Amino acid sequence: MKKTFLKLILFALAIFIIGTFYVGLKKTEIYDTKNLIGTNLDNFTLNSLNEDLEINQELIKENQYNLINFWASWCGPCRAEHKYLMNLNRNAKNLKLIGINFKDDKKNANKFLSKFGDPYHYSAADSEGKVSINFGVYGIPESILVDNNLKIIKKFIGPLNQDEYKDIINLTK
Amino acid sequence: MKKIILIIFFLTFSHLKSDEVTKLHIEIYKNLRCLVCQGQSIADSNSEFAQTVKLVVKDKINEGKSKKEIYEFLISKYGEWIVYQPRFNRGNFLLWFLPYLILIFGAIIIYALIKKRKNNKAN
Amino acid sequence: MLSNTGITLVILTTLLSITVIYKSFVDLHIKNNLVNQKILNLVTFQTTFSILSFIVLIVAFVISDFSLVNVYENSHTKKPLFYKISGAWGSHEGSLLLWINILVIFSFLFLVFTKHNNKSYLLYTLIFQNFLILGFLIFLLINSNPFSKIYPIPIEGLGLNPILQDPALAIHPPLLYIGFVGSSIYFSAGIASLISNCRDKFFAKSIKPWVLISWSFQTLGITAGSIWAYYELGWGGFWFWDPVENASLMPWFVITALMHSVIVLEKRNSIYSWVIILCLLTFTISVTGTFLVRSGILNSVHTFANDPSRGLYILIFLSLMIFLALIVFFRYSKKEEYNFLLKSKETLILANNWFMFFFLTAVMIGTLYPIILEVLNNTKISVGPPFYSAVIFPFVIPFLIFMALGPKINWIKNKYKEFLSNFLILIAAIILNFLIYFLLGKYSIISNLIIISSIFLIIHSVKDLLTFFKNKTVSDISRIISHLGFGMLILFIGISHNFTTENDFNLKVGEKKKFSVYQINFNSIQMENEKNYKKIVGEFRLINLKSNFEEILYPEIRIYEQPETLTYEASIKTKLSSDIYLTMSNISRSDYYNIKFQKKPFMIWIWISAILIASGGFIRLIKIKTR
Repeated sequence: MKKTFLKLILFALAIFIIGTFYVGLKKTEIYDTKNLIGTNLDNFTLNSLNEDLEINQELIKENQYNLINFWASWCGPCRAEHKYLMNLNRNAKNLKLIGINFKDDKKNANKFLSKFGDPYHYSAADSEGKVSINFGVYGIPESILVDNNLKIIKKFIGPLNQDEYKDIINLTK
Repeated sequence: MKKIILIIFFLTFSHLKSDEVTKLHIEIYKNLRCLVCQGQSIADSNSEFAQTVKLVVKDKINEGKSKKEIYEFLISKYGEWIVYQPRFNRGNFLLWFLPYLILIFGAIIIYALIKKRKNNKAN
Repeated sequence: MLSNTGITLVILTTLLSITVIYKSFVDLHIKNNLVNQKILNLVTFQTTFSILSFIVLIVAFVISDFSLVNVYENSHTKKPLFYKISGAWGSHEGSLLLWINILVIFSFLFLVFTKHNNKSYLLYTLIFQNFLILGFLIFLLINSNPFSKIYPIPIEGLGLNPILQDPALAIHPPLLYIGFVGSSIYFSAGIASLISNCRDKFFAKSIKPWVLISWSFQTLGITAGSIWAYYELGWGGFWFWDPVENASLMPWFVITALMHSVIVLEKRNSIYSWVIILCLLTFTISVTGTFLVRSGILNSVHTFANDPSRGLYILIFLSLMIFLALIVFFRYSKKEEYNFLLKSKETLILANNWFMFFFLTAVMIGTLYPIILEVLNNTKISVGPPFYSAVIFPFVIPFLIFMALGPKINWIKNKYKEFLSNFLILIAAIILNFLIYFLLGKYSIISNLIIISSIFLIIHSVKDLLTFFKNKTVSDISRIISHLGFGMLILFIGISHNFTTENDFNLKVGEKKKFSVYQINFNSIQMENEKNYKKIVGEFRLINLKSNFEEILYPEIRIYEQPETLTYEASIKTKLSSDIYLTMSNISRSDYYNIKFQKKPFMIWIWISAILIASGGFIRLIKIKTR
């Protein structure tokens, strides 16, 4: 009796652990964004990249949808996603693009924008990078889709691609 | 290759100048995972992410925030994955208590074995 | 050419494994007391082919034969010869071949050296060992073949991950594998013992040397890994409770428990079932560890090569092993009578096992819990050093006391005298602790207790050592040395943990930084070219303002070309009393460098203690051989 019980427990434990390992093998996502999705943005204050202006959450409340994009002139992948940002600027009617220039030099940032085009409706500078932590940023480029209630709808880690571009177009219709 | 060696922008980064790092700073850095690294803490890493987090932690300490508040803030942004010390909560209950449960269980078994012997002897 | 030779040798080894299994089954039915000579010959050939295949791989690395994918991906013509050779086991495929070699060699040695008259026990051991060998050979051939070809043949290789180019790490895998994989032989022997009903102390005698060998090498392997982490990873720590480190520590706990329990089985013919459980568990946990490391299921600093398809294969293999072990154990285990006295060696050895199991479960739960939680609850958590310190450290205290008192329980005759001497030793330990406390600085209550109990163990061990040299009657010199080493290890870890001075700051060339009693001047940086990398060397002058002691340190940033990687080489000044540890890393887009300074007391003694622990095992082995 005691032995059968022990046997059952041990077999169940073995199956449980092996099963967990099996399911665990299929999980590959490294970055976790689900803590942020559905929550509201914290208040923030940033200086505008070029103007003597303050950029904060009030600005976001004015627009139906906002895509906050973290970028820098020194970041290679930012160049790769740049064309999608330009297209979003042209094609997504309800969307305003807010570029946050991350740990960059103002001169280089402006050079980048004049060379490749400026997709942003508003440009802010986070020269020390500290504000990025408020947005749960891991590294750049990253983009966060926010509605006018400051609710985070989706977060895109790494350079935007064609699928994600379509996704944004659909979400902001 | 050159891009790594030659530092292109010689800017003055005022925030990089060293402030005092106290034991509290180091303790907090060590308990935070560098999320973009492979199994390193913020204290051990020099990645862009680790540098930024260090600055933010410094600011929070200067603002008078407690250790716990700093962890809570970072967890709200990045999830529990960022702290090395798992919190006491419902999900982690077994993590903290299972080792002790096994310890007690082991003690009972050993006790039973020794007691058995005493009974045998009495017979 | 080398590729074909290698594959042929591996296939021959595979065929021989199948033949050995078949012949052994046939031989089981022949009534004879000796194992058929033919089987011994087959095993000899199998071992020869297997070793040859490994030599072929090493040769391919030495002559840089890039027609092999494995050589192309992990080597480079400019690499120093030493690292070309160690590159052979630096990759997943190569290390799997090493793994198989150890399985085969242990099987051969076990067959040759075991003086045992129970033929079916030997044959069953051989059969199960060869099933293990076969399983890994199939894995190697279908999934991870180190001899796979590449066409067209590349002119140059990609190079070995530079942080793996380190002498400690070059010897780390072979050492650890002898420990890990060596435990396979008593997994097989355990199953064989159940089936062939060979359960007496002869079974204990036959596995004891292999337990000792695997334990000693495992200890050395873990030490080499820690030394590598300390010197190469540049954070100044040597143990991070990282899942991969835990994977090497978990089997160590079980082998340690087994090493103690097997004595009880040998001397008292008791706790057979428990010894079998430990035998089966050791290798199972080793393979589980390999699964965790190689499958990429963990996010870790040490997972250099991972691939889910490998993980799936190891998982299937692991499940087969676990179920085989469980089924055989329940089918063949019998009820036993136990004979324990409270104050007997057996009881204290059980206490050792009890602690080992607690440590094992704490580490295992800490390692597996995040995986389980993520699967069940979709929550990602980290379990790091604070968890292990909180759960494990308090129990190190009673453990150390047991280690000191346990071995002497037999000699308790004069209770009063014994009590008095223990009391005096305890007082001495407390005094020494407070000496450290007042000389070096304050630390927590738990650290106080750990340091007191470790000194208690050290004094006890030194006392035993003196008795040994005086009258040579105490036979367990190996135990004394290992226990002494363990006491020292905990003491020095405790001291280094509590009295490390550290600082982290950013400096430009020419700047200086003052903190506590130190001043660091960043004098200059310089570029240099080495054979397979470039380096930026910083020159730092460290001044101790109190003692006017000066030291020049040269930390490096190394830039490897194949593959393009940056590594940070710490400048370490080792002295008997302390290590000074300085790393420098560049901050992108600025002319600042991040400097990490650490002064760690008695670091070198941690390595010495660990080596002392392992040497106890080797001494016991020599004694068994000469007896």
